[in-house]
Formats: sequence, C-alpha cells, structure tokens
Amino acid sequence: MLKFKHETLETNTGLLLVAIMMAVSVAGLVEIAPLFLIEDTVEKVEGVRPYTPLEQMGRDIYIREGCYTCHSQMVRPFRDEQLRYGHYSLAAESKYDHPFQWGSKRTGPDLARVGGKYSNEWHVQHLIAPRSVVPESVMPNYPWLLENRLNYADIGDRMRALRAVGVPYSINQEEYERNVKDFGAEMAAKFHIPNARESLVAQARFGNYDGDPTNVSEMDALVAYLQVLGTMVDFSKVKPEELVKFR
Amino acid sequence: MAAGQTQVVPQYEYDIIKKFAVMSLVWAVVGMAAGVFIAAQLAWPALNFDIPYLTFGRFRPVHTSAVIFGFGGSALFATSYYIVQRTCQTRLFAPGLATFTFWGWQAVIVLAALSYVMGFSQGREYAEMEWPIDLLILVVWVAYMTVFIGTLMNRKQPHIYVANWFYLAFILVTALLHVFNNLAMPVGLFSMKSYSLFAGAQDAMTQWWYGHNAVGFFLTAAFLGMMYYFVPKQAGRPIYSYRLSIVHFWALSFMYMWVGTHHLHWTAIPDWTSTLGATFSIMLLLPSWGGMINGIMTLSGAWDKLRTDPIMRFMIVALSFYGMSTFEGPLMSLKDVNALSHYTDWTVGHVHSGALGWVAMISFGAMYHMIPRLWNTQIYSERLVNVHFWMATIGVLLYITAMWISGISQGLMWRAFDEYGNLQYSFVESVAVMHPFYVMRTIGGAFFLSGMLLMAYNCYMTIRQGVREARVAAARISPAAA
Repeated sequence: MLKFKHETLETNTGLLLVAIMMAVSVAGLVEIAPLFLIEDTVEKVEGVRPYTPLEQMGRDIYIREGCYTCHSQMVRPFRDEQLRYGHYSLAAESKYDHPFQWGSKRTGPDLARVGGKYSNEWHVQHLIAPRSVVPESVMPNYPWLLENRLNYADIGDRMRALRAVGVPYSINQEEYERNVKDFGAEMAAKFHIPNARESLVAQARFGNYDGDPTNVSEMDALVAYLQVLGTMVDFSKVKPEELVKFR
Repeated sequence: MAAGQTQVVPQYEYDIIKKFAVMSLVWAVVGMAAGVFIAAQLAWPALNFDIPYLTFGRFRPVHTSAVIFGFGGSALFATSYYIVQRTCQTRLFAPGLATFTFWGWQAVIVLAALSYVMGFSQGREYAEMEWPIDLLILVVWVAYMTVFIGTLMNRKQPHIYVANWFYLAFILVTALLHVFNNLAMPVGLFSMKSYSLFAGAQDAMTQWWYGHNAVGFFLTAAFLGMMYYFVPKQAGRPIYSYRLSIVHFWALSFMYMWVGTHHLHWTAIPDWTSTLGATFSIMLLLPSWGGMINGIMTLSGAWDKLRTDPIMRFMIVALSFYGMSTFEGPLMSLKDVNALSHYTDWTVGHVHSGALGWVAMISFGAMYHMIPRLWNTQIYSERLVNVHFWMATIGVLLYITAMWISGISQGLMWRAFDEYGNLQYSFVESVAVMHPFYVMRTIGGAFFLSGMLLMAYNCYMTIRQGVREARVAAARISPAAA
C-alpha cells in the first residue's frame, strides 16, 4: 500500500505546487467549461441581433462611464420584477454582449428593458440633469454627452474586433448575404463593416436621438443604445414552456 | 570594535519589504479617501461636480483598485517577502526581479487609476484594467512567482511553513484567474479599447469565477497566510493546531473555486450551476471557521494580551470579522436570501465587513508588528495604535450597520405589494429612503480613514526614529573612521 503523508508535500515545492493546481482546477472544469460546450446554455429565440454601429458606440460609452456600477441589466424571474421591469432576461438577449453588463448593484433601476419606455427627449434631459426629472435621484449629471461629438473614426476597427470574438458583422459579400438571411436586408446593411460610418451617421440623423440632427453627439449613441435595450425579443411570440428547458 | 564589522551583509533582504510596506500605507490612505469620496457622492450627488473624471462611475474602480490591489496587494508583497525569507531562513531569490515587482506593481496601480478616470475600462468588476495594463500585471506576476518559488526552493529548512502554502496558492490562482478573465480582443495595437472574448452568460460565469476567487484567494487565502505567521509571532506561541491548518488549507483551496455562481443566482445561467455554487458556499463555512478557530485559539492561555497589546487586539478582531463575514456569505448564497439581498447595499456591507474588518485589520496588525522590526526600533506610540483600533472598529460597525438597514429596506421595498396586488413603491422611493444610511456609511468610512491617517503618522514617526537610531549607532561603532 502506498502510504501518503502530508509531509511529502510540505517538503517538496514542486509537489505542493502541482497539488494546489489540481485542487483549484476541478471546479472550473466541472462548472464553467460545460457552459461553452452544451447547447442549452443559450435559448434559441427570434429577434436577437447584434448592435448597430451607433448602438455599439453607445454601449461603449455606457461602459466608459461605469453605468454598470449602479445599474443592472438582468431582470430576475420574480413577480415584482416582472411588474416593474418586464419579462425576465434571457441568456440569448446578451449573446452579443462583449462584455456582459448584467451588473451586481441597483443603486438605480434595472435597465435590461428600458428601451422604448421613455421618449428620447426624456433620456436627454435625464442624462444632462437627472434631478430635473426625478428629484430624488442620486445619479451624476452627464452634460458632456451632449457637448461631445461622437468620435467614430475607429468604428470599423471596433466592429472588426467584435467580429473576431464572434459577433456576426460582415466584411465581404458572402457574410453580408448570410446576414440578410439571418437579420433582414435593412439590418444586414448596418452590420456591414465597410459601410459602418455611413450607417452610423444615417441612424443618428434619422433617429435624431439628441434633438439635433446636424451632428452626431455621444448623446445620440448612448440614447440609441438605451432605446434598444430589451426590445429585440417579441415575447408575445415566445412560449414560456420553451424557455423553461433552459433554466 | 573593528570598523570592518559595519560592512556585514544583513541576514535578509529588507529594502524591498520596506518599500512595499510604505506604499501599502500610502495606497490605503488614497484608496480609503477615494472610498469616502464616492460614498459621499451617493449621499450628495452634487459632489460629482459635473466633471467627467470625478463621477461615481469612473471613480468607483479607482477606489476598489487602490484598496484591493494598491493597499492589499502591496501589503501582500511586503509580508510574503518578509515571511518567506524568515521561515525559509534564506535571502530572496533574484532580488533584482523583486525590485522589478515593486516598480511594476506601483506602475500598474497608477496607470489603472489614471485610465479609469480617463474613461478606459473593461467594464468587468475588479478587473476594469484595459489590456495593456493587464499585460503588465501578467509580467509582474510571473516575476513575483519566480521570486517566491525560487526562495522556497532555496530554503534552509526541510519544511515549507504553512503561511507559505497560502501565499503560494494565492499567487498561482491569481495568475490563473487573471489570464482567463482578461482574454480580450484589442480594437487596435494603439487603442486602449478591447472586447471580451466571451459574451453574455459565459462571460458572466468567467467574470464571477474571477470575481469571487479574487475574494477567495487574493483577499482571503493570502491574508490567512499573513495571519498564520503574525498571529503566532505576536502571541509568542505556536499555532493552535497543525492538523487543522492542513485540513482547512486544502478544503479552502478546493471549495472556493466553485462558489462564484452565487453572484448569479436567478440570472440567465443554468440553474444547476447556481445550485452547485450555493452548495459549496455553505460547505465553505467549515474550512473558513477552521481557519478562524485556529487563529483565535492560538491565543489560548494568553488571553490577557488582549488587554495589554493593541496589535493583538487588531488581529483577534480581524479574525472575528472573518468569522462573521464567512458566516454571512453562505447565508447570502442561499437562493431565497439572495433573492432579497442581491442588487442591494447588503452586498456592499458584506464586502466591507470582510474588506475592512478582516483584510484591513489583519494587515494593520501585521504592519504594526513588522514595521518596527524592519527599521530595528520600537513603535513610536502604542497609544495611537490603540486609538486607531477603536476608530477602525467604530468605523466598520457604522458602515455595515448602515448597509444592513439600507440593503434589507431596499430588498423589501422592491418586492412590496399593496392590497390590490400592485407594486407598493416606485423605484425612486427606495432611493429616497437610502439617504440617511448613505450619510451614516460616509461617517463610518470617515472614521476608518481617520484611523488610517493616524497609522500613517505613527508609522512615519516610527521609521524616522528607526533611521535616526541607526545613524547614531553607526556613528558610535566607528568613531575612528569619521
């Protein structure tokens, strides 16, 4: 019989090192690795699409300003959250989120389904001076969002980086046509990297998020992002029993 | 005495430890001041001053990075270099590399803080540093690993002392976590911006696997290593149970890695992972308390030291907070409790009972023990240590009490229904209720920070006194040479 004594580990740096690595690796292999391999981590629902160039720039501003330190984007399956925010969040709804922004704290309300709840004008006013619309709010003012022109010079690079990590933006005709099939012609045009700048500017002009159609501000991008949050899936078409399988 | 004797090589490499010890105090002051500032912003939002660089969202990671990596990290570098040399009875392996870890690590903290206020962030909690800083961390960490393991291998003792097991686990796991959680695609070679390799649910799992084990190994295992050396030293008695230290070391190392998913209860991850995380969280109570008992019982037979020795008091109160927060943690990991506590200030309070009560207090004890020894002198004022102890204790208690009340109130208000089955409160009503508790939390933080300033002053005077004594001694030994 092999007799094990702890002394063996205590007197041998290499063995101690190997033993520690073994002890700490099991959990990741059992608990996390499968989530990348098994198919039912993420539901198959219709409507989820990548962000348009303008929305993605808005998302990057959301991260820059650290919005996740006070706002979650993850509605839990409780009655009160359903009433307050809407349908609970699906994994599929953040499948193009690099990084995820589920958050861990609600100093302010959850934003997973904030899209379409307020007008663009409300968002602009609220971001510039939150207490002018919600007197009890403790949110900082963000006046510079309206003053700063959006720097979208590197939007192509940003989309290429996102494409490299798996977001289906297109760089050639073949990928573009795949996107037409998956997301429709209108969206596929926006996901086409060579057109990124034009479609960004067009969306900002047409959407007129900040109330000033003459230029593209950071406000345009952030409001465009906030207005799309939680709106991609049409829940009237989703059967609850289909979703349960993925919980 | 012969003049030649003044040239004796000191037994251990202390310079590098002195540098890290001083910087840990500096970062403690900076990081805690940043904490008090952002706490005040939540109570009085005008303090954001409409300046992008000072807003809560950008400043919060400055606070967390400065206290965790600046203060905590520097304290761990200092104590690990101190302990590994003394328990292995050998000098540091590759001292040049050790010096590099000092400058490299300080650069990491400075660059991180600057980049956050400029708006560069990965948007991952406690891992906000963008990719160039992550690469620098990796290089520094490999150097640290080389110095530490090299020193262990050069030891003059057959046995590796228990404190070093904990430091070794901390160093290895931190490397593992750092690498996997920061896998990202940069936008360009000259762009600070990058996008995480993973998305959505998988990204969340990776982040909280990192997030919780940063707590488990950076903020717990490593500080347990600190405890295993300094508590017996300060008490002047051996550790209570050698067997318990073996069991709790391996149980802790194995179990901690499973529990990260309790940060994701009721979210869009598969239920089984969250149940598994909760199960291990509850089991983790046992090794955690094993460590606490081992530390506190080391004092058995010398309890009177608690009355006479303020440094001992820091250590024992730290262990008590450790026991308290490792009880609270498993409680909060229960899905039903978490349904209430998640997203509220209760979590923030829990973190701070661990971070201020356990991590900071055990570090204070270790520093008060180590700094006079590094400069070969006595502590400048024991009375100030005592005042610091009380300010810190009052500060933590105010802080966590405020967060318990506000957190549980938030949780209850969000889920309250009126008699018609509608939500009873709008969200902003819960925000308004928080105000007095945010003020109370700020006051608690200010207490803790003031105590920290006293410590910085006390240590500065101690070091000055040590330097002066050394000069006088040198002059006395070699008057002929003058």
